[in-house]
Amino acid sequence: MNEVDKKLLHEIVDDDIEQTEVYNIRKNGTCIGRKSNPYIDIVSKEDGTGIDVYVKENTLFGIVHIPVIITESGLTDVVYNDFHIGKNSNVVIISGCGVHNDHHKNSTHDGIHRFYLEENSKVKYVEKHYGEGKGTGKKILNPVTEIYMKQGSHMTIDTVQIKGVDSAKRKTYAKLEDNSTLVITEKIMTNGTQKAITDFKVKLKGENASTHVTSRSVAIEDSYQEFTSNIIGKTKCYAHVECDAILKDRGRVKAIPEIYAKHVDANLIHEAAIGKIAGEQLMKLMSLGLNEKEAEKAIIEGFLK
Amino acid sequence: MLELKDICFEREHKKILDHINLILDQKKFYVITGPNGSGKSTLAKIIMGIEKPDSGQIIFNGKDITNLSVDERARLGIGFAFQQPVHFKGITVYDLLKLSVGFDISTEDAFQILNKVGITSRDYLKREVNRSLSGGELKRIEIATVLARNPLVTIFDEPEAGIDLWSFQSLTEVFREIESTSNGITLVISHQERILNIADEIILLEKGKITKIGDRSEMIDTIFHHEIDMEEDNNE
Repeated sequence: MNEVDKKLLHEIVDDDIEQTEVYNIRKNGTCIGRKSNPYIDIVSKEDGTGIDVYVKENTLFGIVHIPVIITESGLTDVVYNDFHIGKNSNVVIISGCGVHNDHHKNSTHDGIHRFYLEENSKVKYVEKHYGEGKGTGKKILNPVTEIYMKQGSHMTIDTVQIKGVDSAKRKTYAKLEDNSTLVITEKIMTNGTQKAITDFKVKLKGENASTHVTSRSVAIEDSYQEFTSNIIGKTKCYAHVECDAILKDRGRVKAIPEIYAKHVDANLIHEAAIGKIAGEQLMKLMSLGLNEKEAEKAIIEGFLK
Repeated sequence: MLELKDICFEREHKKILDHINLILDQKKFYVITGPNGSGKSTLAKIIMGIEKPDSGQIIFNGKDITNLSVDERARLGIGFAFQQPVHFKGITVYDLLKLSVGFDISTEDAFQILNKVGITSRDYLKREVNRSLSGGELKRIEIATVLARNPLVTIFDEPEAGIDLWSFQSLTEVFREIESTSNGITLVISHQERILNIADEIILLEKGKITKIGDRSEMIDTIFHHEIDMEEDNNE
């Protein structure tokens, strides 16, 4: 790994990755480092398209890092990562893609992640996206996440995309069985002419299944964001979708809510609010001695925290 | 010392403030009272710079601050507790106190500030400053953000607004404490007798004019035993 690789990795993984328990590092489409342990095994797919991560039943706790870095301009990297989470196990999975593009060709990463959660298992999935480089070549990410949740399982997803990704199309699809819970938090900030499109589809199939989706986004300069959520409640279930966006300059945000209750006891809520920073918020912080720019920064940082 | 010289403020052909002259001295606790729509809140906002007067001057410790912005006045030591506390998404009570102080403080220091306004649980530091907090809690936090700065002039715009009577009664204690410990100028806009009872001086504002200023005992007598129509219905 060279310095650029290390810096990219550091943007998406806080710790020194080689000191961590279980990891798989993918660079420009090839695996450059891997470590498993007796409870969590990482295996390459036979056709070379990605990896399978197996978490044994009753694993008390584990952390898996699966970062991807792309430094080759013009590369389109498509990877399929499947996670098989055994019954009653509890894991944290940290993934993300760092793209460094100093040239004029586009760099693209399409990560398809599929999660199969067995009964009463628990997953926390953290995804960070980061792009850098001086070239005119675009940094494009199209993550797809599919989640299949068995009875009593629990999953939280934290997605953060703060800087430098020119175009992102994020698709998330989930199917929840009895008493399972899915919590999704997405934070996106776009600037320049960046585009970020998010599409959530959650099917609440089982009784007492629930989901909570929170999207907080900031669209600056000429950037554009689109947030679509589609929640279907087929039985007694609960869903709460919250989409908040702050606009600056000529930023545009479109929120498309769709909630479909197919059962009398399905309780589905969608809230959306888009607007510029409220004048009274700026005024309050200015009355504490911050100038307008500092106040704006504090409000945005808090909002995306 | 804070001096208002001939302040006028007119909106939609209506004189909200009509030639206001006022001198506020250090270490004194002032209450501005008067009927609804008499211009009290506007006067408070003009001192903070939230509203700009059409004419007149504001002199603070010898410096003309009439054209200074809100943040410039804040940095000179003027603090303002809003009548309706502002909500923030994602900003916690701890974050807001750090922003108020202007530098990083420990959770213990932040907790000490909350203590001053009668909040005795550390759990509040992690709470977001939004509608999950009650009106009374938000009001206390609003006051805490102002006290955290140790301002030379502290303005409270109707602290009783939007909170229940029980919360207000306990909030009165906070104002008693401010009165006995503050070395600066305290200016409270209020209708409440409990607050008037703490004042060193009471300023009566009616139809945009100061009609009487005096010490507490004399003024309370005037206000509560003479006929002043407290329901004068102007737009403030």
